[in-house]
Amino acid sequence: MIVELGHYALIMALATALLQSVLPIIGARTRDAGLMGVAPAAAIASFVLILFAFVALTVSYVTSDFSVKNVWENSHSMMPMIYKFSGVWGNHEGSMMLWLLILVFFSALVAFFGGNLPATLKSNVLAVQAWITSAFLTFVLLTSNPFQRLSPAPLEGRDLNPILQDIGLAIHPPMLYLGYVGFSICFSFAVAALIDGRIDAAWARWVRPWTLAAWTALTAGIAMGSYWAYYELGWGGWWFWDPVENASFMPWLAGTALLHSALVMEKREALKIWTILLAIMTFSLSLLGTFLVRSGVLTSVHAFATDPTRGIFILCILVAFIGGAFTLFALRAQTLSPGGLFAPISREGALVLNNLFLTTATATVLVGTLYPLVLEAITGAKISVGPPFFNLTFGPLMIPLLLAVPFGPLLAWKRGDLWAVTQRLYMAAGAALLVSLAVIYFATGAPVMAGLGIGLGVWLIAGSLTDIAMRSGVGKVALPIMWRRLKGLPRSAFGGALAHMGLGVSVIGIVAVTAFATESVVTMKPGETTVGGPFTLQFEGLKPNTGPNYTELQGRFIILRDGQPVSHLTAAKRVFTARQMPTTEAGIYTNGANQLYVALGDELPGGGVVVRVWWKPWVTFIWFGAIFMSFGGIVSLFDRRLRIGAPAKSRSPAVAVGQET
Amino acid sequence: MTRKQKRLAIISGGVAVIGAAVLLVLFALQDQIVYFHSPTDIVEKQIGPDTRIRLGGLVAEKSVVRGTGTKVEFVVTDTANEVAITYTGILPDLFREGQGVIVEGAFVPGDPVFVADSVLAKHDENYMPKEVAESLKAQGVWQGEEK
Repeated sequence: MIVELGHYALIMALATALLQSVLPIIGARTRDAGLMGVAPAAAIASFVLILFAFVALTVSYVTSDFSVKNVWENSHSMMPMIYKFSGVWGNHEGSMMLWLLILVFFSALVAFFGGNLPATLKSNVLAVQAWITSAFLTFVLLTSNPFQRLSPAPLEGRDLNPILQDIGLAIHPPMLYLGYVGFSICFSFAVAALIDGRIDAAWARWVRPWTLAAWTALTAGIAMGSYWAYYELGWGGWWFWDPVENASFMPWLAGTALLHSALVMEKREALKIWTILLAIMTFSLSLLGTFLVRSGVLTSVHAFATDPTRGIFILCILVAFIGGAFTLFALRAQTLSPGGLFAPISREGALVLNNLFLTTATATVLVGTLYPLVLEAITGAKISVGPPFFNLTFGPLMIPLLLAVPFGPLLAWKRGDLWAVTQRLYMAAGAALLVSLAVIYFATGAPVMAGLGIGLGVWLIAGSLTDIAMRSGVGKVALPIMWRRLKGLPRSAFGGALAHMGLGVSVIGIVAVTAFATESVVTMKPGETTVGGPFTLQFEGLKPNTGPNYTELQGRFIILRDGQPVSHLTAAKRVFTARQMPTTEAGIYTNGANQLYVALGDELPGGGVVVRVWWKPWVTFIWFGAIFMSFGGIVSLFDRRLRIGAPAKSRSPAVAVGQET
Repeated sequence: MTRKQKRLAIISGGVAVIGAAVLLVLFALQDQIVYFHSPTDIVEKQIGPDTRIRLGGLVAEKSVVRGTGTKVEFVVTDTANEVAITYTGILPDLFREGQGVIVEGAFVPGDPVFVADSVLAKHDENYMPKEVAESLKAQGVWQGEEK
């Protein structure tokens, strides 16, 4: 019964979204408060309806109701509860429901917190959100209905794909969707501004928290996905430049650019047209990602099993939204007044440089992702574009950008003094150089590039510390004054510094693991040893074990250092009972920032086994850096300036004294 | 600097970066991409040694020789032609005889055996690498649903 109610709620949500698509726009045109008032009410109603549908689907998963086709295909009564729950979005139909839920969640947030927005802007934003909601609701109802019944109901489900039976599934897709669906708000704000034909610094201030929130979630989501693929697939890699990974990475790059250009617009009213364009592009890339993942046009380790009608449907949505938005942009962009002027050497100039490199890098990733499709369509040749392409194109573009990062926050707005900034950064440069030389000198056989790469990471970290130190006057003023200044710094200053620092941490991890990781494939019999980095791995033997819905063969190892046992490690090959599908469970031993990573291969006669051993120095830095970045995003989000509805702090000294006494 | 000069500086900087990126992309698209071939293509077209390619087809029945150590030998077929493969390492979990597979690597000079350095199998029961499905359809031995 609840299943039919869920289906019904989706249809109701579509009706609501259609009303919300039209009435508020008419209201905004005719200044009719009644029609504009429809927008927030409808937005909250659609959220409630889709939430209800989502809960209905979740209930049928949790109670293992195999009369629902989607549950039968992707669940099993023996599955642990957490996977029954997260299995809701471990398939195409269910993940579309999550997509929709997050979309209407964001609309509802705008409806709820958007009290300080001008009424016409708010109505237009919510109407544009409703266009997206209507398009995707139609898609779900016509091609991907999760509520389809089976009769007679099967007794047992076909189980969730074992690779997805992991805590990663509970965290990664929701975070990722919060990110790239979250960018829909920026898109809606941009389109609404174009409809209105009016845009100013206040617009940037309204858009910025949404961009920040989406960016923070996307950063965490991508990092989580990377770590999940790393430990789950048993291939030892953390990024494959796989088309589906690129699909989430492109909106991240564009979103990072948007975050920075919105800063210029907010502070200096410059780059207005560009910021609008970026907001449209970022969400367009999110839509493109949705299309690539679900249409089956690409071969990827992550793609959903698909059906071509869905691909065509999403392609139509994609073309309508991107085409529509760009047409509107072309018609309206020249009516927007250009903003303030600035010298090339200035904070604005640095942010333009950031945008230039980030968007160019996005374009190279886009070319690498789409080129195989285009080439196949034109010549019929099938190719794959892999890591070598991206290392050669994306890599060189990142180096000047990363070198420039520490300069940006230290430059003054409008007109900066590059020489003065360089003098402030001498300590950071010294630290970076020292570390580079130390790495080249001490790490045996280290390529010079590795030393410079790690130095680049140190440069970023030291540069962000310099920024905070300069702002608080470390070494120039007395400690209490410094402390007061530090407390008085806007949170966004700390957020930015943290994010840049995180970037440095990730760079160190990436360079270290690329340059210093070692790998070996060996056959081992019980009692035999092999070397992984500073450790020796002793194989104890294979032991069968049974889990709730799988059986496994565990390979147990003792980890020795200088002949002394320091820890244990267990790697396994599992066979999931329902699908008879084998998976590899890597064994990972974390030592400081380093990891020893072991995957099992074929069993050999006589109790031996093929073992693949990686030593991955500093690998965890990659993900810790991303955590820093997201944390920086969260800190910025709590900046007073962005707190919605918070009035600007009074600068008048009389009031300040009054508050203190 | 005048307004015009400022604008010129920013535009020329932008053009320089984009130009460099375009050159890199063009160069990388020449050299760093890997073509996909079926066993029939290998027989028909002459593919030189040391050229990295992807080769896809079905793992031939009873062709897998393993258990002698870290090296595995098998044969990839599209039912019309076949190519022998050697691979050192751990095969993917869903690598099975009679199933679709894509291997990446190159021929070594003077040897008809293809040396693979990576092997990709489907990662899900319902999933067949798209290139493999298409090349099997071309050979008329596709057994899955018609799309």
